[in-house]
Amino acid sequence: MSKPKVAFYWCASCGGCEETVVDLAEDILGVVEKVDIVLWPVAMDFKYQDIHAMTDKSIVATFLNGAIRSTEQEEMARLLRRKSQFLIAYGSCAHTGGIPGLANQFSREHILKFNYEDAPSLGNGQKVRPARQFEEQGRQVHLPELHNVVRSLDQVVEVDYYVPGCPPTPNITKAAVTALLEGKLPPKGAVIAPDIALCSECSRRDTKPLDVAFTDIKRPHQKLLDQGTCFLAQGVVCMGPATRSGCGSQCPGGNMPCTGCFGPTSRVRDQGAKILSSLCSNIGPKEEDEIDQVLSGIPDPVGTFYRYGLAKSTLRRKVNL
Amino acid sequence: MSEQKWTPRIVAFFCNWCTYTAADLAGVSRMKYAANIRVIRLMCSGRVDPQFILDAFAKGADAVLIGGCHPNDCHYVEGNYKMLRRFRLLKRMLSDMGIEEDRFRLEWISAAEGEKVKTVVNDMVAKVTALGPLRLHKKFEEWDKEMSELEHHIQTQSAPAEKEVAHV
Repeated sequence: MSKPKVAFYWCASCGGCEETVVDLAEDILGVVEKVDIVLWPVAMDFKYQDIHAMTDKSIVATFLNGAIRSTEQEEMARLLRRKSQFLIAYGSCAHTGGIPGLANQFSREHILKFNYEDAPSLGNGQKVRPARQFEEQGRQVHLPELHNVVRSLDQVVEVDYYVPGCPPTPNITKAAVTALLEGKLPPKGAVIAPDIALCSECSRRDTKPLDVAFTDIKRPHQKLLDQGTCFLAQGVVCMGPATRSGCGSQCPGGNMPCTGCFGPTSRVRDQGAKILSSLCSNIGPKEEDEIDQVLSGIPDPVGTFYRYGLAKSTLRRKVNL
Repeated sequence: MSEQKWTPRIVAFFCNWCTYTAADLAGVSRMKYAANIRVIRLMCSGRVDPQFILDAFAKGADAVLIGGCHPNDCHYVEGNYKMLRRFRLLKRMLSDMGIEEDRFRLEWISAAEGEKVKTVVNDMVAKVTALGPLRLHKKFEEWDKEMSELEHHIQTQSAPAEKEVAHV
């Protein structure tokens, strides 16, 4: 029997997700033995034509990381969807839009202008911008175009499974790969991580007060954080209550609050709205001015509550761009 | 609904004990106010999950109004304070997302204040009318046009190749 074909692909991402595959360490050898990798641009040389030439559904599983924000990425997402039996959104960007999703607060023109004209580190005196097509030595060159909107993978094509995280941790990556190889698949559309909030596995759980009653909210760099106490009890925003567990609570373990990369549990539709609701109802003061004073500790609610999920949030994008 | 005839559609979350009763009083007293609000009765303004508000906007509401009991009068003691705290931050967040301040309002209206329901609703309808339609559900469709264009292009481009492969 021939080995199952597997593909890895990246779209709008930082490359950290690719790193996790390697983070499987010696376990990766077992995986490589059992599968035939047909596409992995970060590590191996393949041509897109080879994928085009393959029979539909001939790839067993494609692990796609990164958000979709250019025509090329969209085209590859559609191609890989067609060629794969299972398409897996791997990592926060493919799952919920990730960090690139924060670009949904700006227009495409704003982004291009800054990056090609205004950025202080730029040497582009003629303000040249990439053109969709141009001629170079008699040959037509076609470049991808930036979309107006950053999207999660499932806002573009149908997704079978989600592996959350920025980046996904080795344990859940291994769980996903094992489930695939052994054919023990969860129901379609499942996020391959426990469906319960991070607090449930946090080592600081016992110090979480019943009534937090914030009188002051500080950002992590503004305060010396205690190693063992719940961040909420220390007046620091922690996304743990609104975030799926499964990461082994690594950030709290490293004395940093959760920033929400695993996305919400299945019962939550909008992670940002939920954490806003939870944090705010726990504010101590009752007078408007005093409430605002406490809330001034959260200068950027969109960036704080939707750090990895703006593209997939209810509003998706700044509405008046 | 044609463009000329647009009038705001406002989703109103009213608490059972005060504001909903006040709206009822306004009705019984035959007060007239703008017919642009769609009232949803909840047991308490503290029950208004910010998800409801975002959902209302995403599904086409031009504005959202929340009515609760006056401070210290909440039937559940603390519910209205919870709403107030959420409101303060949600308002800021919505404005960061491009939704104007006048589209989101919180008012304390007691069961006896039928007149205030009338004043608040009329005032809000006037302000939202001045702002114009929000129509997020239409915006989502417009945003996704850039994808359907490319999808069409890809499908027409590679359709013949697919047939060939299927015969192999």
